Amino acid sequence: MSCIDARGLRKAFGTTLALDGIDLRVEEGRILGLIGPNGAGKTTALNAILGLTPYQGVLRVLGRDPWTERHQLMREVCFIADVAVLPRWMRVTQVLDYVAGVHPRFDRAKAEGFLARTTIKRISKVRELSKGMVTQLHLALVMAIDARLLVLDEPTLGLDILYRKQFYDSLLNDYFDHQRTIVVTTHQVEEIQHVLTDVMFINRGRIVLNSSMEDFESRYLEVSVRPQQVVAARALKPIHERQLLGRTILIFDGAGHDQLAALGEVRTPGIADLFVAMLGNQAGAAQGMAA
Amino acid sequence: MNTPVDAMPESAPGPLTPAPPVNPAVRPLYWSVRRELWENRSIPIAPLAVAAITLFGYAISLISLPERRRAVLLLDAAQQKAAIQQPYDLAAMMILSIAVIVGVFYCLDALYGERRDRSILFWKSLPVSDLTTVLSKAAIPLVVLPLLSFAIIVTTQIIMFLLGGAVLLMNDLSAATTWMHLKFFQQTVILLYGLITLALWHAPVYGWLLLVSGWARRAPFLWAVLPLVGVSFLEQMALNSSHFAALLHSRLSGGIGKAFDFDAQGHLDSLAQLTPGNFFSAPGLWFGLAYAAAFLAAAVWLRRDGEPI
Repeated sequence: MSCIDARGLRKAFGTTLALDGIDLRVEEGRILGLIGPNGAGKTTALNAILGLTPYQGVLRVLGRDPWTERHQLMREVCFIADVAVLPRWMRVTQVLDYVAGVHPRFDRAKAEGFLARTTIKRISKVRELSKGMVTQLHLALVMAIDARLLVLDEPTLGLDILYRKQFYDSLLNDYFDHQRTIVVTTHQVEEIQHVLTDVMFINRGRIVLNSSMEDFESRYLEVSVRPQQVVAARALKPIHERQLLGRTILIFDGAGHDQLAALGEVRTPGIADLFVAMLGNQAGAAQGMAA
Repeated sequence: MNTPVDAMPESAPGPLTPAPPVNPAVRPLYWSVRRELWENRSIPIAPLAVAAITLFGYAISLISLPERRRAVLLLDAAQQKAAIQQPYDLAAMMILSIAVIVGVFYCLDALYGERRDRSILFWKSLPVSDLTTVLSKAAIPLVVLPLLSFAIIVTTQIIMFLLGGAVLLMNDLSAATTWMHLKFFQQTVILLYGLITLALWHAPVYGWLLLVSGWARRAPFLWAVLPLVGVSFLEQMALNSSHFAALLHSRLSGGIGKAFDFDAQGHLDSLAQLTPGNFFSAPGLWFGLAYAAAFLAAAVWLRRDGEPI
């Protein structure tokens, strides 16, 4: 059974199509990055998966219909929608008591263990914690829940780089065990590239790219080309071209590694760069296509 | 704040917290109600504060109690009873009124506040159904506040009785006159019955307030009140009748007349004046409960799709 299985997932707000018939399948044990510009439909897709919004089409999450079975589903699914959603009036002990009270798969001792490594005081109210501490608290809760699917929608929004790095390190080292599935959206794409097993680009309610990272790495290559070889390189039909410090950076789709190695230094493109390459071209607003 | 949440020890040793003895089926409801009480501290504090003020005022009045009691004892039995009972009734009325006010404002914020501060996304990330959530919120004015008021009123009255009795004894007066006229146990039964019937009769009011609080994107108080005023006014203007206003009036204050058979002076003196048969056979009660159920069902339905505002 797939963790998430969607066919023809559609959602319209008035005349705006937020999701335009998406087909999506996420197997267990994957870490999927859902990448897209603002308003692309990422959050709508996640909300549908979490049973927070009705939709058209077929959607099964862990074999359940999220819209009609949300509260059963939430025993096995966790999500962090935004750093700001923990109720500000609540004390840390109350948060722990409440989650322990309502969640059959919450391991309080584990959450306490995570919190012991932070400076968060048990008697503090959420409103007294810094943004980074609120995220640490939420992460401690989520990591102590034995869930099969974890959904993170911009989990590190507004955090400084130390907290962001720590967040993903904790997630990988202490939580991910290849049985669980994680779906994450973020604008800080570079920071999670090494974390992901799968990547999906979404734009205007459609999936633009859906690939495992292995396929991504073998299919897309980026070459930093010396000026005298630019013409030869362009003949190989790069999908994107940009200038950086006097060198031309070209991204190729499906070109041979050896062929490209003759032109310059070959590496895997950053997800963000490929994203700009694919969506920039699509939008006709090619960024960095000066040459 | 710069201590990292990095590598976890293999198994975190922690204190084993014993699970409270709650049936798994009602655990989410039990914890949801507790959570409401954590968030809304005014639910216990406001009636307690009124009880404290009442007791303080009563304590001051004790200075002149022996004098007043001597005068009261010269009156006839009915007047004696009325005079002795009056501060006790007043205490009950004050605490009850504040509990109703707390309940009204609680309901108006219950499903509105969680959308405004976006915490609804956190609540919805936990395995608690929208039905359980709405029921836990409805339980505050319908169950928790009446029980709490009952306990606070009875305790306040016992303290008043003990204080008053002590002052009387110190002044060579018998506390027995208070006891004789107060009929404490009878008053307690009447109070409990009154609280239950009032909660049942007002159930659609709380249901309506919860529905508006789950629906309004701003100013839930205005949305709860103005449409009702508007309909009454429209009916008055268009049809020169006031059926809707009469309906609202009977919903707010009609229950007590069904539940009790007041004597000519508007007093309650015996348990025979309790008319549960009349109350529970009143169509108004059952229509009201049906409306309450419909309002709560609509609130559940709205919350399913509830997005932060």
